[in-house]
Amino acid sequence: MNIPYTSEVRPDTGVYNAKLGIWLFLASEVMLFGGLFSAYIFLRTGAATWPHGWEILNIPLATTNTVVLISSSVTMVMAWASLAGGNFARFRRFLGTTVALGVAFLAIKGMEYGMKFEHGLFPATNTFLAIYFTLTGLHGLHVIGGMIVNVYLLGPGSKMWRKDPQRFTNRVEVAGLYWHFVDLVWIFLFPVLYLL
Amino acid sequence: MTQSTSVEHGSGHESQGFWRTYLFSQDHKTIGIQYAITSLLFLLFGFTLMMIMRWQLAYPGQPIPLIGKFLGEANAPDGIMLPEFYNQLGAMHGTIMIFLGVVPLGVGAFGNFVMPLQIGAPDMAFPKLNMMSYWVYFAGGVTMLGSFLLPGGAANSGWTSYPPLSDIATIGQTAWLIGMFFLITSSLLGSINFIVTIVQLRAPGMTFMRLPFFVWAQLVTSFLLLLAFPPLEAAACLQLMDRLAGTSFFLPSGLVVSGQVVQASGGGSPLLWQHLFWFLAHPEVYVLILPAMGIVAEIIANNTRKPLWSYRSLVYSTLFLGFMSFIVWAHHMYITGMGTTLGTFFQVTTMIISIPSVVILAVLIVSLWGGSIRFTTPMMFACAFLPMFGIGGLTGLPLGLAPTDIPLHDTYYVIGHFHYIVAPGSIFALFAGVYYWFPKATGRRMNDTLGKIHFWGSLICINTIFMPMFIQGLAGVSRRLYDGGAQYAHAQGVLSLNLVMSVAAWSLAIFQIPFIINFFVSIRKGKKVGDNPWDATTLEWATSSPPPHGNFIRPVEVYRGPHEYSVPGAARDFLPQNDPA
Ligand code: HEM
Ligand SMILES: [Cu+2]
Repeated sequence: MNIPYTSEVRPDTGVYNAKLGIWLFLASEVMLFGGLFSAYIFLRTGAATWPHGWEILNIPLATTNTVVLISSSVTMVMAWASLAGGNFARFRRFLGTTVALGVAFLAIKGMEYGMKFEHGLFPATNTFLAIYFTLTGLHGLHVIGGMIVNVYLLGPGSKMWRKDPQRFTNRVEVAGLYWHFVDLVWIFLFPVLYLL
Repeated sequence: MTQSTSVEHGSGHESQGFWRTYLFSQDHKTIGIQYAITSLLFLLFGFTLMMIMRWQLAYPGQPIPLIGKFLGEANAPDGIMLPEFYNQLGAMHGTIMIFLGVVPLGVGAFGNFVMPLQIGAPDMAFPKLNMMSYWVYFAGGVTMLGSFLLPGGAANSGWTSYPPLSDIATIGQTAWLIGMFFLITSSLLGSINFIVTIVQLRAPGMTFMRLPFFVWAQLVTSFLLLLAFPPLEAAACLQLMDRLAGTSFFLPSGLVVSGQVVQASGGGSPLLWQHLFWFLAHPEVYVLILPAMGIVAEIIANNTRKPLWSYRSLVYSTLFLGFMSFIVWAHHMYITGMGTTLGTFFQVTTMIISIPSVVILAVLIVSLWGGSIRFTTPMMFACAFLPMFGIGGLTGLPLGLAPTDIPLHDTYYVIGHFHYIVAPGSIFALFAGVYYWFPKATGRRMNDTLGKIHFWGSLICINTIFMPMFIQGLAGVSRRLYDGGAQYAHAQGVLSLNLVMSVAAWSLAIFQIPFIINFFVSIRKGKKVGDNPWDATTLEWATSSPPPHGNFIRPVEVYRGPHEYSVPGAARDFLPQNDPA
């Protein structure tokens, strides 16, 4: 069966279905991370003592990671723009770079976790570390989710390009919106956990 | 236009094989029916848990007849229920009724089946997600049911899962959290799908102000699910960390359990859970009631044969209600010693949110005025909804004000309050919906006599169960008591009501038998009906019963509002939305 507006825009609403869908999904994600950030504020304001992030966490590594993730957002946009311009080979290069940057982010994050564990710093150690591991862990899961989508679009999913280029371009756009959101969450996490 | 393609498919019977047609179908109608049957079974199961509890409340400490010996030595040695088991039953009754029963029936079943038809769409916007949402819900249900088999049994910290208790409870609580992840994911997928469908797939001419009120109710409900559930998901993550990774998000420093200081870093706050939980759970109560209101509005318009009195007030009140429901949550927490400033804020918002509730109820009641009412079975249930919801809402007001709530909090009065809204309110409306849309789904009508026995029996029993709860609550009897208050001096005067309520609960079960028989027999033997047996105006009646894959044989176009009944000068007493006349 054919569902209307899967690839073309509905004139009176100005969007295609998946685009509205992803915006709604991101709204719910805002509420998810909003809930966790509120929990952070609630716990911190109620705490007797609260360590400064920079005393415990590794700022140079996190700064590097911030750069890595922002660059991956840029390459994601380029991937979509390449498709919109009809250049499939360029799209593949940029999306491939995006995935690689995602891997780099996770590797650095993994290193950071490892360093904490070596020093005996675990989620159970104190409330600060508890919220640090929970927030960054959940963010990491989001990165992995986005990478799975991107790998799919790079591999088996890209067959759609030949049959229905418009719809495929839409898919990349939607995946991109999600990826930027994940990036944005990190941009909030970084100062809140490391600098404040 | 893409709609021309749905024409070909609309009439063609694509053979998709058994699995694709019945089990892993992507057709919103099949998925709706899957949701309906699953959630009705869960309602029955949740009700059964309560019937077992009611034995313990009526006859504390006496062996449960018939089924007592099957409950297992760990739960009920010699058929006598243990307190631990009572707590499991209570927690799971609430969880199952709300998250696996009423919401999936109101949203998953009716929303899925009716809404795309009512807006003239060929299906949901994302049929695959729709199928996934059902199966994820199913997985959540299996997780919840399976948790009874774990050591220590199912979750036992109430449907609200308050820490610190839930943090240190048996492993069933972990299963509860995992089950909730499934249910949250399912409702997330569902709500995105619903909103996109309503916004994007309306047939030509179906403007927002021509949407049947039921569709509006589903739209606002979906927004509530979309935005209110994630904070609970966040809270569930934190609780899972507490239970599995040993963190102390909800454990205060120096917590003592059974005379021993708990080995944890401490520094957390049990109140944090309450805030996050009620941030979901207050909007959730509107998720329980809005689809019900939508059903009732459609049935009232159809059976009074006149338009709803002030459709616009209904729509605007619902939108306002949806918005306000996000800023009243802490009225569940007056007892926690919040400051007066904060308390005042939540008391004021709670009084404000009562206004749209009252407007909606008033619109529905006034709509009856001057109509020539057809007392069909769905209409009986819809009419009973009105006073029942009224009682539930009015008893909520004293709970919304701290001075009156503090003595009433955690008593049977609260139980009476919300059950009036959810049981003879929401569930009656859902029954009305089953009787009303059954002909559309099956092409056959349910039996009216059995329907009326079901209605009158249920109405009487359900009031006999819940009315005495107000009396007990006002006498100060607490909720969640294993012996129904037998140990408490202040409960002695109202203790005899326990037996009355229990007998009424068991009788209520008996009056569900005509419904169950009616439901299954009518699928095969019910009186055959045409496309539009109720002479209704909305689009689901403009196609065959049951509708074909793709819903409409010819593309539909909409020319008028949703409830044009008894229009002066018209040939018949109803003008369907797709009638250009
Ligand atoms: C119309 C105005 C309403 C007001 C002013 C109101 C007020 C309240 C308040 C203040 C409480 C907390 C009582 C306490 O724990 O001490 C409460 C509990 C509750 N209400 Fe309402 N309510 C209203 C409508 C509804 C509706 C429409 C529903 C649902 C369909 C509902 C369902 C519930 C539930 C489930 C609880 C109990 C939760 C629990 O503690 O387990 N209420 N209500
Ligand atoms: Cu509430």
